[in-house]
Amino acid sequence: MDPLFFLLFAFIAVACGVNVVLQKHPISSALSLVAVMASLAVLYLLQGAEFIAMAQMIVYAGAIMVLFIFVIMLLNAGPEETKGRSWAALIFGVPAIIGLMGALAYFMQTGMPELGSVKFGDWKGGGAYEVGYALFTEYLLPFEVTSVLILIAIVGAIVLARKEID
Amino acid sequence: MDPAQVAETLKHGAVPTAWYLALSAVLFVIGVAGFILRRNIITVFMCIELMLNAVNLSFIAFAHEHKQVAGHLFTFFVMVVAAAEAAVGLAIILTVFRNRSTLNIDEIESLKN
Repeated sequence: MDPLFFLLFAFIAVACGVNVVLQKHPISSALSLVAVMASLAVLYLLQGAEFIAMAQMIVYAGAIMVLFIFVIMLLNAGPEETKGRSWAALIFGVPAIIGLMGALAYFMQTGMPELGSVKFGDWKGGGAYEVGYALFTEYLLPFEVTSVLILIAIVGAIVLARKEID
Repeated sequence: MDPAQVAETLKHGAVPTAWYLALSAVLFVIGVAGFILRRNIITVFMCIELMLNAVNLSFIAFAHEHKQVAGHLFTFFVMVVAAAEAAVGLAIILTVFRNRSTLNIDEIESLKN
């Protein structure tokens, strides 16, 4: 059953990822990106990362993408224009990208022959308890630094996006 | 992994970890392609998010491979940084659009020359 789920959601992720790049309208790209993130959440779940799968759905597919779509609609971004593109870039670029993709995937497959396999339920170390315990003991300092980072980001966003007051 | 080993793994209902890494590589390259090809600044930003997601997948795969929760925490921190980055980045995009009324990155060229 696992290989079936993996192949299904890997296919969805790759197809929607290609769609993100190919769509002309930013809103279509954004909705495809939501589908990529949702299928990646299923793949996390298959690997026993329950907490991260839920965080992926809530934080990424929820909060961050809502922010993106909000900005797209606020700016009324239309489809992007394609004129002025060079044909040489298309003729050489697309095979180069596919070649790079194939080479990377091939070396990932063959470069580490001692890698094991993933079966749903064979490792239960990724639940909320384990992640939370590690987060508040061993990784407490990075966690606290993260909260400062978020504070800086909030202040920065407000300063950047406010209206100029004369 | 050689094909016989892969077939044995699949027969037991498991997926080779290398497949997850290959998927992560493919998604990363799609993100790079979009980053280079697209001209809309918002779409370019979304392709960066796609690349971050691809890297997260390999973090999770290695966390499962080594049976350690540290990979999950790195993914968590990447998510937090991505959220902060999205907030600041979209604020920058708003400011750029307010000042120049365009989202095309070819027309935003005040640092050129």
